This record gives sequence, C-alpha cells and structure tokens, in this order.
Amino acid sequence: MSEYKMETHSEKETTQIAQRLALVLKPGDVITLEGDLGAGKTTFTKGLANGLGVKRTVNSPTFTIVKEYQGELPLYHMDVYRLENSEEDIGFDEYFNGDGISVVEWAHFIESYLPENRLNINITYIDEHKRLLEFFPYGDHFKWIISELIG
Amino acid sequence: MKKDNYIVGIETSCDETAVAIVKNGREIISNVVASQIESHKRFGGVVPEIASRHHVEQITIVLEEAFEQAAIEWEAIDAITVTEGPGLVGALLIGVNSAKALAFAKQKPLIGVHHIAGHIYANRFEQEFQFPLLALVVSGGHTELVLMKEHGHFEVIGETRDDAAGEAYDKVARMLNLPYPGGPHIDRLASNGEENIKFPRAWLEEGSYDFSFSGLKSSVINTIHNAKQRGEQLKNEDIAASFQASVVEVLTEKTFKAAQQYHAKQVIVAGGVAANQGLRAALQEKFSDTDVSLLIPPLKLCTDNAAMIAAAGTIAYQQGKRSGWDLNANPALLLE
Ligand SMILES: Nc1ncnc2c1ncn2[C@@H]1O[C@H](COP(=O)(O)OP(=O)(O)O)[C@@H](O)[C@H]1O
Ligand SMILES: [Mg+2]
Repeated sequence: MSEYKMETHSEKETTQIAQRLALVLKPGDVITLEGDLGAGKTTFTKGLANGLGVKRTVNSPTFTIVKEYQGELPLYHMDVYRLENSEEDIGFDEYFNGDGISVVEWAHFIESYLPENRLNINITYIDEHKRLLEFFPYGDHFKWIISELIG
Repeated sequence: MKKDNYIVGIETSCDETAVAIVKNGREIISNVVASQIESHKRFGGVVPEIASRHHVEQITIVLEEAFEQAAIEWEAIDAITVTEGPGLVGALLIGVNSAKALAFAKQKPLIGVHHIAGHIYANRFEQEFQFPLLALVVSGGHTELVLMKEHGHFEVIGETRDDAAGEAYDKVARMLNLPYPGGPHIDRLASNGEENIKFPRAWLEEGSYDFSFSGLKSSVINTIHNAKQRGEQLKNEDIAASFQASVVEVLTEKTFKAAQQYHAKQVIVAGGVAANQGLRAALQEKFSDTDVSLLIPPLKLCTDNAAMIAAAGTIAYQQGKRSGWDLNANPALLLE
C-alpha cells in the first residue's frame, strides 16, 4: 500500500493528473506503470504526452515495444509486456539516462534494468469508470513531486 | 524493349525471416518464409531476443533457398530491397545488415522499404493498381487508412489513436485464455457465436478516419467482470462474435466513407488482419453494389513475406530511389 493514492472517476481525471505530473518532470525522469490489461496505463501516458506538448497521436507501443515522441522534452513510451522471460536489453540505459522522459508499461518485466530513482504508479480497476492510482516515489526528487501533486 | 527487373526482397521485422525474388514488381519467382510463431506461442507473443537469434540462424538458409528455387544468378539481380521499419529493432537489424552486406559484396543498389508499403504492394501480384487507391492496413501493430494517388506515394488519412486492431484481437484472446496469436481463434469462435452483447463502436468525431479500440477493450473487460460478479457464465463464442462485430463494422464503415470521399477507384486490404473471415465478408458485402474494385489478397500474401517488400521495392527502384550505406533499422519509420 502506498501513502499516496487517489481514485479517478473517469478517463479524463486520469489524463488530467498525468498532465499535471508532466509539468514538473525533468530530463531523464523515469515513470513506471503497472496494472492489468485495460487498467489505463496507455491512457495515463497519453495525458502525460499531452502535458509535455506532444502533438502526434500517442498510440500503443505494444507491437514495437518503444515509440518516441517529441514534445518540450522527448518522450520514450515503452510497453515491455513482450519482454517477459527474456533478458533482452533494447538500450534501456540510453533511454533512462537520456534527455527525455521514459514511461514504461509493465515495468516489472525489466526489473533489473530499472534505475533506482523513479516514480512507480500502480493502476487498479475498481469499476467501469473508476481506477485507483497508487504512487510509489523512489528518491527525493520524486518524493517531492508526489507530495506536491497529491499530498 | 524494356529490360526486365529482378528484385530481391528481405523481410525480418517481426516473426518471419523471409527472402523473395520478384520479376517486374508483379511476378513472384521465389518466396521463402521461415516462421517462428511456434517458438513464440509459449511466451504469448513475439520475444525480441529470441526473434533476433532466429533471424540470424535462418537468414542465410532462407536466402540460399530463395535463389535455388528461383534458379537465378546474382548477375541478373537489379537491386536488393529490405524492410527498414517499423518493427522490432533487433529483428530489423538482421535484415538490414544482411542486405547491406549483400549489396556491398554483389555491387547492387540497396533500397530500404516501409513494411506497410510492402503489405499494400502484396496486392499488386493479384491486380494492377488503379488510382486513387485506398488501402486499409490492419495488423498487430497497425490500423491505418492510406490514400495513394500514384505509385510510391502514401498519405495516411486515418490511424488508430490507441490499440491496433490486431492488438485488440490479441488482448481479447488473452482475456479468454486463447493461445497466441489470438486473431484466428477469435475469428473461428465468432463464426460459432451469437452477436448478443452490445459492445460500443468508436466512430470518433464526424468526418474522422481515425480508429480507437481501447474503449472496446475496456467494454469487453467490464462485461466479463460484471458477468463474473453476477455469477453468470458468458459463452466465449458470443463474446468473440460481439467483439468481432464491433471491430468489423467500424473498419468497414470508415473504409467505405473514405472511399467515397476520395473517389477511390480501388480499395485494397493489407496486413495480417486481412485474413479475418468476418472482415473479408463484411467488406465484400459493403462494396458489392459499387463500381469500386475491392481487392483482398489471398491468405498467403496477407501475412509477412518478402515478395511484398520486393514488389514495393521494385517501384522505388524504378522511381530512382536508393538508400545509402548509412541505411539503418528504424523501428518508428513513418509511411510517406
Ligand atoms: N478512471 C479511468 N482512468 C483511466 N482509464 C479509464 C478510466 N475509466 C475508464 N477508463 C478506460 O479504460 C481504458 C484503459 O485502456 P488503456 O489505457 O489502453 O489500458 P492499458 O494500457 O493499461 O492496457 C480506456 O478505454 C479508458 O477509457
Ligand atoms: Mg497499454
């Protein structure tokens, strides 16, 4: 359980919180998203992209594993679901230490590549329109961000 | 007399390691595909690392086989064409690097091809193109409406805003505990089911040719979830039939509207989901009373192959396009 959590009552509320989060991120920040199929990981990322000023359509990266976008900062959107049981490194270090924001759906499948400092968000399905968002900040930077955003 | 063009195609963007030789862009001389779907089934999807390793093991064998079947010598070859993207980077690299090495060793022009341009050009083995042409591209990674006013020029007029159609099929299949790849299983179940669940259709704004399948995905999740809570057991066949009805209706209607607006002479369907029986039937029905010529490739050309890459590559070759030695795998390559 996280001490930072909130319930969203619509897709819009989820994208709005992501949009607000985007405004306080800095280059090299890593956000990991966990949650079942249809929980809202990609929806959250769309909100974040919007907040970063990305104009192109942000759609699912499941097929190519990573998609890159240009906003005020670059956005690297990954879905590593298909990397389960593989030790594949698609160049994570370069993404995570790069000039952009990395968002990783199903991040626990690449646990060993994840940086120590990151913001993990668990999304849980409550009902058709409701989701529980739990925030787990690792490192002072993200602890500060989350207490500003949620606290 | 114009000289015949013999073009080599190489494709390694995902599951299949494929090499083909095509004459004049429309005649398949050889078309060899080594699939690895069997080894990916266990993992519920393509595993990039395994995919790359397979490609490395297969590429030389497949290449030799393609030349043997074609009974052709390297002297007769005009150019080497290869999928440069989109796809999995590690997988694409094997094809691109092989193509580069061959082009260098055999002193042939090298041409990078967009994977989707290939899927579209697979149809040219069946029939010559008529422009304006509208292509519905539906696969695991793509759902796009592409307008072509002439050979080699592509304009994306609509695309998915979230999941691709094939991806939605795979995800629903996962919810129903069906094996990978899920599309064919849903298609088969759907034909034995009843369309008795009302799933939403994502039409989006008036006049938009974009698609969206994540709302449908949610609706399937909600339906299964709610039924479980009520202690009801839904039939997988009915879920499949109702889900497929939603996907097919949106794809068909949007394609039809776009064909009208752009005065398409020809509509073609491309990509793996073109193999879907429900979609094929609905499109045939919808276009039956029009003078638009509808072209759906035979099943063996719907899935990834290299003949289609050579076919698209032939046009690029004839239009004078060439890639440099800096040609690289580009997982996010845009179609233009
Ligand atoms: N409160 C909510 N927050 C986020 N998404 C929601 C919410 N309520 C409903 N949804 C729906 O859930 C779906 C989430 O899908 P998606 O973001 O693709 O999930 P994932 O990437 O986790 O598989 C969308 O169709 C969205 O409209
Ligand atoms: Mg997703």
